[in-house]
Amino acid sequence: MSRARNFLMALAAALLAPIAASAVEPSKITPELIAAARKEGKVVVYTSIELQMAEKVAKHFEAAYPGIKVQVERSGSERLFQRLGQEYGSNIRVADVITTSDAAHFVIWKRQGWLAPYLPEDVVLHFPKEQYDPDGTYASWRLSLSVMGYNTKLIKAEDAPKGYRDLLDPKWAGRMVKANPNYSGTALTGVFQISRELGWEFFEKLAGQRVMQVQSSTEPPKKLSLGERAIQVDGNEYVLLQVKREGNPVEIIYAREGTPVIISPSAVLKAAPNPNAARLYQSHMFSRAGQQMLIDSAGMRSYHRQTKVAPDLPALDAIKVLKDDAAAVADEAEKIKERHSRYFRT
Amino acid sequence: MSAASLGRGLRLDASGAVLAALGLLLVALVGLPMFWLGLNALDDRAGGLTLGNFAAVLGDASFREPLWTTLILASTVSLASCAVAAPLGWLVARTDMPLARPIRSLITASFVTPPFLGAVAWEILAAPNSGLLNALWRAATGAPEDMHLFNVYSLHGLCFVISCFTFPFTFVLVANALDRIPAELEDASSILGGGVFATLRRVTIPLVLPALLAGAVVAFLQAMTLFGSPAILALPAGFHTLTTKIWSLFQFPPKPHLAAAAAVPLLLVTILLLRLQRWIIGRRSYAVIGGKHGQPRLMRLGPWRWLALAVALAVLSLPVFLPYAALLKAALTRIPSAPVTFEALTLKHFNFVFVEFSQTRSALKNTVILGVAAATIGTGIAMVLGYLAARQAVRGHRWIDFLATAPVAIPGIVLGVGLFLAYTRPPFMLYGTLWILLFAYLTIELPIAFQQIRSALHGIHPELEEAGRILGASRLRMLKDVTAPLLTSGLVAAWCFIFIGVTRELSAAIMLFTANTKVISVVIYDLNESGDLGPIAVLGLLLLAISFVVVALASRFRTQGPGRVVG
Repeated sequence: MSRARNFLMALAAALLAPIAASAVEPSKITPELIAAARKEGKVVVYTSIELQMAEKVAKHFEAAYPGIKVQVERSGSERLFQRLGQEYGSNIRVADVITTSDAAHFVIWKRQGWLAPYLPEDVVLHFPKEQYDPDGTYASWRLSLSVMGYNTKLIKAEDAPKGYRDLLDPKWAGRMVKANPNYSGTALTGVFQISRELGWEFFEKLAGQRVMQVQSSTEPPKKLSLGERAIQVDGNEYVLLQVKREGNPVEIIYAREGTPVIISPSAVLKAAPNPNAARLYQSHMFSRAGQQMLIDSAGMRSYHRQTKVAPDLPALDAIKVLKDDAAAVADEAEKIKERHSRYFRT
Repeated sequence: MSAASLGRGLRLDASGAVLAALGLLLVALVGLPMFWLGLNALDDRAGGLTLGNFAAVLGDASFREPLWTTLILASTVSLASCAVAAPLGWLVARTDMPLARPIRSLITASFVTPPFLGAVAWEILAAPNSGLLNALWRAATGAPEDMHLFNVYSLHGLCFVISCFTFPFTFVLVANALDRIPAELEDASSILGGGVFATLRRVTIPLVLPALLAGAVVAFLQAMTLFGSPAILALPAGFHTLTTKIWSLFQFPPKPHLAAAAAVPLLLVTILLLRLQRWIIGRRSYAVIGGKHGQPRLMRLGPWRWLALAVALAVLSLPVFLPYAALLKAALTRIPSAPVTFEALTLKHFNFVFVEFSQTRSALKNTVILGVAAATIGTGIAMVLGYLAARQAVRGHRWIDFLATAPVAIPGIVLGVGLFLAYTRPPFMLYGTLWILLFAYLTIELPIAFQQIRSALHGIHPELEEAGRILGASRLRMLKDVTAPLLTSGLVAAWCFIFIGVTRELSAAIMLFTANTKVISVVIYDLNESGDLGPIAVLGLLLLAISFVVVALASRFRTQGPGRVVG
C-alpha cells in the first residue's frame, strides 16, 4: 500500500518538478537493496555530528536493518576533509558515507568526482529543491545553528550578552570559549558569516579577550556545563540544547546581529567499499523516521517537510539568521583559517 | 634443542645473513624515513632543491615562538624533574624512610600512565574554573567564583603537568645509581672526618651525577618531543609548541615540506643534547661497579622520617593518586566538575564505551596486536643486536650501537612525518595498514629495549656462551639456547617496556592512523578534541588495566624457569 502511495507521490513529484528530477532518478529502499546491503554487512560513516548522537544515529539504523553494522568515524569537519583527501591520495578507500558541517566540502568533492549520484526518494519528495544537488550527489542531511550561550549559574539572565559585539566588553575577558575553524566546519562557517556581517575587526578584537580555544564546536557547550567558561562564542545549538535537556544550567543566546546557519550535507562516496549499505544508510537517514529521530533525540533541525521542529526550540523563522553561502566558503576557507589562526594564535 | 641438531643442522653459520638482514632493517626503520624527511625539507616543489623551507620556518614568528616555548618548556621540565627526583631518589634508596619500597614501586609503575591521559586528568583537577582542586580551594577559603589557584591552560600549567609524568624517569635512574654506590666509599669519607653533608657533597652526589645528568637529558627530550600534553593544554590557551605546530602543518592544506623543515630543529637539538651528555660523562670515570662491596648503608632520619614520608606521598600524589582519583570520578559521574553525590553516580560512560561506541573494540584490538607484535619482534631484534654489541662479536659493532640507539634522537612526531612521507608512495604503500604503525613503534622503542638487554648481558659471563660455541653451536643457536634463558628477566623487562611504550605512544600514531588502524591513544585524543571527558576516563582506566594484566602475565615467565620466553 505504502509502496503504491510512494510511487504515486514520486510520480507527482516527477511531474511537478521535472527539472530537479531529470538528472537523477530518486531511489527507493527496495528489498534488493536491503539484501545486497545485508550481504556487505557493514557501512563506514565519516561524520562530524556529536559523538554520542553519531552512535545514536548508528543504532537507529542498526535497529531498522539488523545485520548491518555501522562503523562511526567521528571527527571535526575540517579534519575529516583533510583525512579523506589524505586517504584518497594514498589510494585508501574506507569511507562509504560522509557528512560534514561544512557545505563547501561537497562542492569540492563533487568537482573532484568523488561523490556518487544518489538521491533518496524522500529528498526529492519532501526537501526544498535548493537543499539538494541537482545532479544528486549530496543533500542537506541536517541543519543546525551555531549559537552563543551562557552558564546561568555564572551569569544572571539580565547580565548575559545579547549579541556578538557585547562580547568585546572587557568584563567578559577570560570567560569565553570558542571552537576552532581549523577543526570544525561549524566554527568555520560561523566565522565566515559573522566576519561577513561584522567585519574581521570583530575577531581581531575578540582575540584580545583571552578566549579559551577548543577544537570541536561540540565542545563549548560541554565547557559551559562544566562551568569552565561562562559564555560560548560559538557551538552547536543541538548540543547546547542536549546539555540543557540533561538539566545543566545553560541557556542558548540567539545573537542580536543574527545567528549563523550551519547546513550539514551527506553524500555517498563513489568509491564506497560497501556501496549498497551506503545507499541504504543514506536513504534511511533522509527518511521521515530518520529525520524525526534527529530532531527528537538530538535537538536537530530538518528540511524534511513532514517533520516537526523540537518543542523546546524556536522555529527557524522566529530567529534572525545569517545567510549561508557554501560556494563562498569553498573559495575562502583557506584564507579564513589562516586569518583566524593569526588572531587567535592556534 | 637436542645435541644431535646442535651437531648437524647449523654447521653453516647463518649469523652473517641474519646480521645483514638486521642491518638492512635498521636502515629501513631509521634511514628511509629520515631520507624522505630530509628530501622534503629541501624540496622546492618544482623538482629542485632549496633551503627556502628553512628560511620560511625560521623567518616566520609563528614558528619561532613555538621553538622558544618548547625550549623553555623542556628546560623547566628537566630542572623540575631533577629537583624532585634527586631528593626523592635519595630518600627511598638511602634512608630509613617508612614505606620506601612501595613508594619506589609506585613511582616506577606510574610509567604506565600515558602523558596525554595525565594531561586530561590534570585538566579535570586544575582547569581554572571547573578544576576540582580549584573548587576545593574556593570552598575552603571562600574565594570568589572567578578566582583560581591553578591554571592548567598556561605555560606554567603545561610545565607542571609534563613534569609530573616525567620525573619518574629521572627518579628511576637516580635511585638505581644510588643503590650501586658502594658503602665503603661513603664510610671512607666518614672515617676521614667528613660529616653527613660533606659526604653527600663530596662522594654521593658526584657518584650519581652521571645518572642525574642522564635523567635531566631524558626529561628534556621527553618534554620537548611530547605531542599530546601540549595539544591538550597549550592549544586552549592559544599557544603552540613545536610538536603541535608540526602537526598543524598537516591540517588542510597539508604542507609536508614545511613540516619536514620544522622537524629538523627538533632533530638537531636532540642529537646535540645526546652528544653533550656523552661528552660530560665521558670526561670522567665513574667505575663503581666491580669487585664485592657492602650493601649501601641507610641513613637514619630519626623523627624526620615521618616528614620525609609525608613529602614522598605528596609527590607521589601528583602522577598517581590525584590523576587517577580524577579519572575515576570522571568515569563515574555525569559531569566531572559536579560534586559527588549518590544521584550523580552513573555508569553511562562505561555503557557508552563498552556498548555504544563503535570504535572501542577495533582500537583495543589494534593496540593489543601492535603492542604484542612490537614487543615480541623488538625484543628479538634488541637481543641479537645487544648480544653483538655487548660481546663485540662482529666487526662494526660500534655501528650497531649507534644505529640501535639513534632512534632516541628522533622525536615521535618527526618519525611520524618521516614514515608518512616514506610509506605513502611506491614501492612501499604501507599507510593505511598496521605495518606502518608497527614500524613506528619498533623504531621508537628499539633503543630502550636494546640498552636494557645490553646492560643485562654485561652481567652474564661469556664462559657459558663459549662452551656452547666449542660444542659447535652457531652464534644464533647459542644465543637462543644459552644466552636467552640466562637473560630471561632482562628480556621480559624489555618486552614489557615496549608493550607499555606502545600504549603510551601518541605523537607518531597521530600522523599515521586511518579509520581502520586507530589505536586507543588516538581514540582518546579524538575524544579530547570533542570534549568527551567521561569516555576518556573510562578508556584510560581500561588502558591501565590492560597494561597491568599484560605486565603481570609477562612477569610470570620470569618465575617459570629459563627458556620459556624464546621457546
